[in-house]
Amino acid sequence: MSPELSEDTPLAIEVTDLVTHYGERQILNGIDFDVREGEIMVIMGGSGSGKSTLMRHLLSLEQATSGTKKLLSQDVNKLDIKGRTELSKKIGVAFQSGALFSSMTVGENIMLPLAEHTKLDKQTQQIMARMKLEVVDLAGFEDLMPSELSGGMIKRAAMARAIIMDPRILFCDEPSAGLDPVVASALDDLILKLRDAMQMSIVVVTHELDSAFKIADRITVLDRGDILACGTVEEIRSSSNERIQNILNRRTEEELLDGDEYLARLTGADYEPEESAPL
Amino acid sequence: MASEPNSNSLVNFTEKVGRGTIGAIETFGHWGVLIGESLYWLFRGPTLKQPVRANAVVFQMMEIGVRAIPIVALLSATIGIMLAIQGIHTLRTFGAESRVVVGISLSVVREFSALITGILVAGRSGSALAARLSTMQINQEIDALKVMGIDPVRYLVVPALLAMMVMLPALTFLSDLVALYAAGLFVSVDLGISQAAYWNQTIEILSLGDLWHGLGKAAIFALLITLIGIVNGASVTGGAEGVGKVTTRAVVQAISAIVVTDMLFAFVVTR
Repeated sequence: MSPELSEDTPLAIEVTDLVTHYGERQILNGIDFDVREGEIMVIMGGSGSGKSTLMRHLLSLEQATSGTKKLLSQDVNKLDIKGRTELSKKIGVAFQSGALFSSMTVGENIMLPLAEHTKLDKQTQQIMARMKLEVVDLAGFEDLMPSELSGGMIKRAAMARAIIMDPRILFCDEPSAGLDPVVASALDDLILKLRDAMQMSIVVVTHELDSAFKIADRITVLDRGDILACGTVEEIRSSSNERIQNILNRRTEEELLDGDEYLARLTGADYEPEESAPL
Repeated sequence: MASEPNSNSLVNFTEKVGRGTIGAIETFGHWGVLIGESLYWLFRGPTLKQPVRANAVVFQMMEIGVRAIPIVALLSATIGIMLAIQGIHTLRTFGAESRVVVGISLSVVREFSALITGILVAGRSGSALAARLSTMQINQEIDALKVMGIDPVRYLVVPALLAMMVMLPALTFLSDLVALYAAGLFVSVDLGISQAAYWNQTIEILSLGDLWHGLGKAAIFALLITLIGIVNGASVTGGAEGVGKVTTRAVVQAISAIVVTDMLFAFVVTR
């Protein structure tokens, strides 16, 4: 944990009893979750665990069935359009795909929040965009189109756009997914650098264990819509919970079944476990 | 026992009709919400310091209107000449070919210009709108706009809607002029009527109501093309294949809506 963080550090994000559905299916089963100011919280879990759903709900991209969520002490559900717009200026998001606008140059992409939310003249916007590109080590790339960038560069450009308004909370969705280990490690360093330089709270959704252990102050492990555990890297690593250890050791549920049980599950046949022979 | 298959197919048919009806109501509801939100951002946006960007509207006007001028002019001229050829050929049977100007001017201004321009713009800009929105949806660009506090309706829909509502009637008016001019050239050559006499007759025949009839229809077509393009674009699922599907669906639906609306409009207005 970062030395400045303690139990008394104010909360940047506070989620209480969040229940969400996709059609008839319940995805999150009453999640309680918080992130402190200046903290890097990593949300981990296997496919279908609900981590992306949780992030979409934190970003108000989906409507929850019930529960409350407070960002920077504001109840998001009670905000009007103006309040939501004001809150969005304090939040930055780097999407997994980058989500850069393909019809704009890298520079125009990064300047977009400034153009929409401030009255800064174009020249100042360009200077600020160049400064952020410098931070993510992409200086000089502002005139290129997103299609001319590599995967790692797209993620860094997305990061530059996410921090252009100097947000207080930064969300990163799978920042190192699909990248080679060197580039992924550089992105982890960038996240740490951003937290230290800008004192922002950062929420990272990832399934990359190395990355999670490197950057996290705390880790939340999700499984089938429930929080299995939330704690520091050491607490998670030393957890005796079998499901957490399975996730950490990358063991899938299928791997834990015996051959007959797995076959029965695939074919839908009845399965009765063999009684173990008496010793 | 024998009646079972019949009752099953009746149930299936009823289910299909029910689902179709609910789908249609949903679509109309979606259109209503889009129109409402567009009006909200158009008038309320400036007071919330989030106005619709004029340069985005101008960009869309260039894309939808100005860049479509050559193809609209070409097809309008062709339609005008085709009407002149067909009209003269038909009226010659009765020895009344000199009355061809009546048929040409009313058909062009009340019917053909709006129809051909609407179909062209549906194919050209309606499909582009659906493709753009669906690609943005798949690439999470719409989500990116939302989390940046930029309402996608204000940023993407309103400029396209405004541009379409201005440029489709403008293109229709251009189409009127080009089709009438091209038809006039053919009539002059074929019947030996002077251009001045042709235009005098045309102006005499046409009323302002005829002009508004065509332009009014064009405005309705503009609304339909935009709404269909946006609703289809936003409903995309899957990847590149999904984009292809919604783009095709948007064009087919827009052209069908234009033709049916044209018929209904003609029926209501001529009663």
